[in-house]
Amino acid sequence: MTGAGQSGAANALEVRNLVKEYRRGTPVLRGISLRFPETGITAVIGPSGTGKSTLIRCINRLVEPTSGQVLFRGTDLTRLRGRALREQRRRIGMVFQEYNLVERLTVMENVLSGRLGYLSPWQAFLRRYPAEDIAMAWELLDTVGLTPFANQRADALSGGQRQRVGIARAVMQRPDILLADEPTSSLDPKTSVEIMELLSTISDSRKIPVIVNIHNVPLARRFAHHVIGMSGGHVVYEGDPSGLTDEHLKQIYGGEDWLGEH
Amino acid sequence: MNVATTRPPAFAPNWPARIAWLLLLLYAVYAASLLEITWERFVVGLEQGARFIDRMLPPDTSASKLELLAKGLYESLEIAIIASALGIVLSLPIGLLAARNLMPGWITWPMRLCIALCRSFHQVIIAIVFVKAVGFGALAGILALTVASIGFVAKLFAEAIEEISLKQVEAVRSTGAPFMSVIIYGVLPQVLTRFVGFATYQVDSNLRNSTMVGIVGAGGIGGTMFAAFQRFDYDFLLTILLAIIAVIMVSEMLQNRIKRMFQ
Repeated sequence: MTGAGQSGAANALEVRNLVKEYRRGTPVLRGISLRFPETGITAVIGPSGTGKSTLIRCINRLVEPTSGQVLFRGTDLTRLRGRALREQRRRIGMVFQEYNLVERLTVMENVLSGRLGYLSPWQAFLRRYPAEDIAMAWELLDTVGLTPFANQRADALSGGQRQRVGIARAVMQRPDILLADEPTSSLDPKTSVEIMELLSTISDSRKIPVIVNIHNVPLARRFAHHVIGMSGGHVVYEGDPSGLTDEHLKQIYGGEDWLGEH
Repeated sequence: MNVATTRPPAFAPNWPARIAWLLLLLYAVYAASLLEITWERFVVGLEQGARFIDRMLPPDTSASKLELLAKGLYESLEIAIIASALGIVLSLPIGLLAARNLMPGWITWPMRLCIALCRSFHQVIIAIVFVKAVGFGALAGILALTVASIGFVAKLFAEAIEEISLKQVEAVRSTGAPFMSVIIYGVLPQVLTRFVGFATYQVDSNLRNSTMVGIVGAGGIGGTMFAAFQRFDYDFLLTILLAIIAVIMVSEMLQNRIKRMFQ
């Protein structure tokens, strides 16, 4: 069975025939098969409730897929349990729509929590992080411009600042891939662009692929190197952002009145 | 037809509620007559009350009595603090294991049963049981108040955990953190201030209850107080009561300090 995964080694991440049913008989994902590129930003676009979030959560198993395979550097993640699953999760950074920071911990503690997979609970409790982790956390805080906030509680920050902390936490994992679930949906347009720019910079500088769920099509066109269009639990478009036509968008989102805006 | 007459009244009378209040009043009068609580009885009571207060004053502050007071009060404090520490430390894991949003059913239900058992009886009844089980003295008091503390703190702690935001937990889980680290980073910070609140309330409650378990022989100032009652030592009784009030007030001040520290 382990041999089955090896063919996926060429790609960072491959999804095969992925199905998720929250309730029996009503699948949210209806057999998704995708190969994600090794580098750059891949945008997953589609209307709300079409399974974008479920797809991304099935990858790191925050949601259990009903059937199908998720091959990450040759390992089928859907078969893993316990420690083996946690070891793979350490290599997958995740950024959330509502930031999901631990509100009552400080910014520094939130950033360093990206290393929890490498610490024993006792070390974590005593905040005994290796010096190089702490140095990296300071560097990341410098990068996202939040150094003065290091010792403030996360609930004291604005939305944009929180998302930057969320991204720093994910990068702190030194991940091989970054998943971002609607990272800009709770933010204003200007901050949204800044967050996408940050993700883009991280993807380039760390040479890791970033998969972003996003329903803002102009943002997706602007930052993504690869676009996946989803509708009704199926993939209906896969390719360059330049190849994305109004016809495709009509198919993805339904209707056409809204297209008149641009 | 006039528009105004078609409108319902702005404040509709609630007849069922009015009738219920009237019935309650009638029953209270009837019950008082059954128990023969009359004005004359009340006046007799007042006279006895006045004599009681007269015998309490001035409080007895002789050296031998003060020594007795200090010994009893100190034992009560010991009972309260040891029982609180034990109860709070045990409540942490029990409350955590009883939280239905983190644990599977086969763990939560025995834990919830354990909490329910701890809550079933009043501290005095538990104290009597422990006096019979382990004999007279402070040990029985400590065990009784520990059980009572678990019943209160673990229950509220479990409920607090059931109300946390799972998004924060999910984020910690996604980093590949081991289960205990998820608890330490994702769960505890969300409930720590509430836990401190429950714990300090329980310390306060244990202080008051530790002055009482002595009445049934479970150690502390309660025993001294009960003896004073029986010997009609009402002036010494007043000294004891004043001392307990002082202890509770000091503890109130300390609690506020502690809560602010964890804010």
